[in-house]
Amino acid sequence: MLRALTLAAALTVASVGAAFAAGDAEHPHDHAFSFDSPVGSYDMGAVQRGYQVYQQVCSTCHAMDHLAYRHLGERNGPFALYMVRNHETGEVEPHVGAPAHGGSFVDVTENQYVRAIAAGVTINAVDPNTGQLTDRPGRISDRFRRPFPNEIAARASNGGAYPVDLSVITSARHGGADYIYALLTGYTGQSRGTLYENPYFPGHYIAMPPPLTEGAVAYSDGSPTTVEQYAADVTHFLQWAADPHMEQRKRTGIVVLAFLLVLAGLMYLSYKHVWRNESH
Amino acid sequence: MSGPSTYEPKSGFTRWLDKRLPIIRLGYDSFVAYPTPRNLNYWWTFGAMLSMCLVVQIVTGVVLAMHYVPHIDMAFASVQRLERDVPYGWLIQNIHAVGASMFFLAVYIHMFRGLYYGSYKAPRELLWILGCVIYVLMVATGFLGYTLPWGQMSFWGATVITNLLGALPIVGESIKNWLSGGFSIDQPTINRFFSLHYLLPFVIAGVVALHVWALHEAGQGNPTGVDVRKASDIPAGEPGDTVPFTPHATMKDLFAAVLFVILFATFVFFMPDALGHADNFIPANPLQTPPEIVPEWYLLPFYAILRAIDFNIGPIDSKLGGVLAMFAAIGVLFVLPWLDTSRIRSMRYRPIARQFFLIFVVVCVILGWCGGQNPGKILVPATFSATLEWVEGGTVTQSPVRAEGEAQWAQAAADAQASQSGAAMTAVTRTSATEGTLRAINGGAVQTRTVTGGTVDELEAAVTEAKAAVGQAAPFFNVTRNTPFTFTVTTLSQIATFYYFFFFLVLLPLLGLRETPGRVPDTIAKPVTKQAQGAA
Repeated sequence: MLRALTLAAALTVASVGAAFAAGDAEHPHDHAFSFDSPVGSYDMGAVQRGYQVYQQVCSTCHAMDHLAYRHLGERNGPFALYMVRNHETGEVEPHVGAPAHGGSFVDVTENQYVRAIAAGVTINAVDPNTGQLTDRPGRISDRFRRPFPNEIAARASNGGAYPVDLSVITSARHGGADYIYALLTGYTGQSRGTLYENPYFPGHYIAMPPPLTEGAVAYSDGSPTTVEQYAADVTHFLQWAADPHMEQRKRTGIVVLAFLLVLAGLMYLSYKHVWRNESH
Repeated sequence: MSGPSTYEPKSGFTRWLDKRLPIIRLGYDSFVAYPTPRNLNYWWTFGAMLSMCLVVQIVTGVVLAMHYVPHIDMAFASVQRLERDVPYGWLIQNIHAVGASMFFLAVYIHMFRGLYYGSYKAPRELLWILGCVIYVLMVATGFLGYTLPWGQMSFWGATVITNLLGALPIVGESIKNWLSGGFSIDQPTINRFFSLHYLLPFVIAGVVALHVWALHEAGQGNPTGVDVRKASDIPAGEPGDTVPFTPHATMKDLFAAVLFVILFATFVFFMPDALGHADNFIPANPLQTPPEIVPEWYLLPFYAILRAIDFNIGPIDSKLGGVLAMFAAIGVLFVLPWLDTSRIRSMRYRPIARQFFLIFVVVCVILGWCGGQNPGKILVPATFSATLEWVEGGTVTQSPVRAEGEAQWAQAAADAQASQSGAAMTAVTRTSATEGTLRAINGGAVQTRTVTGGTVDELEAAVTEAKAAVGQAAPFFNVTRNTPFTFTVTTLSQIATFYYFFFFLVLLPLLGLRETPGRVPDTIAKPVTKQAQGAA
C-alpha cells in the first residue's frame, strides 16, 4: 500500500516535467556548460567574454531591462573586484573575479572596471540643469542601455519583429541555455524573405538574421573567435544574467541538505527512543 | 474524546493565569496530553507538515508583499528586483513558489489517506468537510498567487479561469466582470487578486483552527478504523490504545517533516523553476496568446476534467458542461461521507473497494498527465485517408449557379449538379452567399487515388502532394475524406473523468452494500500486539 502510493506520488511529480512538450521545433542538443550539474558554477571568464559579445553584437537590438551595470561588479558578478595579496612580492593587487582563496571584495562603487564599462555607454537622460533630454556617459547605477526607446521603435527598425528582452531569456525558453546555444549555432543559411531558417525555432523560420560571424568580436584572452565560442560565451552570460545567485544558491543548498540529513538522523533516533517501550 | 483536562499549573503565575485565561491548559490538552492512537502510520504525519507549509507560505508571503508592486507594468519587474537585489530575496521567492507545490503535494497525500482509511465517516464528517473547505481555499489562493508575477501564464491563466465562470448561465457574465474588475484582465484584476491572495491564507488559518478543533473533538482515526477504547475499558496490565501526543506523535511528525523538508529544499536550491512553466518568465502580453495555456501541476487533473467535456449535453453546451464537471469533481468530495455506505472505515478490510481505490489513485495521476497535454494529441496511431477523384481528358463546361436566398443555396447547388446527369464529374464552387459556378466534365476517364496520413495535417499534406503530382492533367478534384475514430488525450480524459465520478457516485454507495468485508479486529491493540509478537 505504502509503496503503491509512494510510486503514484513520484509519478505525479515526474509527469510534470514531461507534461509541457515543445512545439514542432527540433529538440536542442545537450551542450556541456560548467553550470549544468547540481554543484556546477559559472565560468566567469566565459561570462565576461559573453558580456562582450552581448555588448558588441546583441545589444544593438536586444534590451536587458532588469540588469544594471552595477550587477556586473557585485559579489556574484563576472567583473567582481577583489584585492589579493601577492605571495611573492607581498603587494596587494586587484583581481577580477573571485580568487581561489583569500582576497577582500571591493565594493562595486569602487570597481574601476565596472565604472569604465558603464562610462563607455551613452545614456539618454534628462539634464538636471535644463530639463531637456540629453546624452551623458553611463553610471554603474544605470540599467543596461535600451537600444530602442520603445517597442514601436524596435519593431519599426526590425521589419516588424520585436527583439525580445534578454534578462531572463534562459528561464523563459524550454531547454534554457541549451536552446539558446542551439538557436545561435543552428542557422542553416537558407532564408525566405526576411525570415531565416533555423530548425530549433518554433516554426523553423526566425526574423533574427544570424547574429554571430567568425571574428566579429575580438577577444583579448586568446579564446578562439569562432561562432561556436561566441555562442557558448554569450549563452553563459545570459544564464548568469537570468540566475545571478545560482552559485550562492547551490552552495547554500549543499549546506542545508547536509544539515537536514544530520537532523533527520537525530530526529529518527529521538523518535525511536521515545517509542522504545511502546508497541505500535 | 480528550476527557477531563489533566493539566495542573505548577507555579504561582500559571495558577493565576489559569483562572483568568486558561491558554496554557488549552495548549497542554491539545498538543501534549491529547491521546493519539498508538498504531498511526506515516500517512498520518502529513497534517503536521501541512500546518508547517501554511506557516512557511504566510511568513515568506508577508516578506514578498513588502517588495511586490501590484501593477501591470511593474509587477514582473518588482519580482525580478526582489530576486536580484533584495538580500536573500531569491531564497524567499523560491521557497514561496516551491512551497505552493509542496503544500499541494502534502494536501493530496493527506486527502488520499483520508479516502483510504475512511477518515470522512462518522463521527468525522464535519472534520472532512472542513478539510474540503480548506482545499478549495487553497486552490483559490494558489491560482491567485500564480497570477501575481504577471507573466504570460499568469495573465492567460487568469483569462481562462475568469472566462470559465462567464460560462455560467445568467450570472456568469456579471461574476466574470466582477472578478476581473472590468471587461478584461487588467490593472483592477491584479489589485484585487493581490488583495485576495493576501486575505485567503488567513481565512485558511481560521478554518484550519476549526479543522483541528473538530479533530480533537472526534479524535484521530487510525489505520484499522476501529475506535480506540476508553482507559476505563482496558483490562489491567494491558497498555492503553493511545499514547500522549507529546512526545510520541510530536517526535514522529518532526522526523517525517524533516524528510519532507529535504524534498522541499532539493527543489528550492537545485531546481527552483522545475515545477513552473517557462512562459511565466515572459512578461504578460494581452496581444499574444501563448501556444499552450496550462495551470500549475496541482490543478492539472481538474483542467483535464474541464476539457474532457467537449460535447454538448442537451441544453448545456460543452463549455458550461466542462465547468460544471470541474466544480462537481471537487463538490463530490463534500458529500462523500453520505455516498460511502460501508460501515467499515478502513479499506484494509475492504478487499474490493481497496482495488477500486488504487485504480482511482492511478486515474487521478492520468488526469493530471492529460491536463498537461495537447487535448488533440493522438495516443493510439490512427490512419486518416482521403480519396481523390478526377477526370483525365474530357471537356469542361462552366455555368453560373444562383440561389434565391442564402438558405436555398444547398438545394440550388444540388439541383445544378443533378441537371448535369451525363457528366463524368461535377463540382460547384461558391463565390458569394447566393452565387457560384458549376463546372462539369463530359467524357474523359475517371481516375481515383487514395492517400493516407497519421494526423489530419499529414493527410492534408498528402492530398496537396497528390494534387501536385497529378497537376494539369486534372481540371479539378473531388476529395472524399474519411476520418477514423481517434483515441486522443481527450478520449483518455473522458474515460478517466468517467471513472472519477463512477468511483464516488456508484462504486462507493454500491460496494458498501454489496461487499463482504474482511475480518475487522475488535480493538486496535490486536494487530498491534500481533505485529509486536511477530517482530519479537
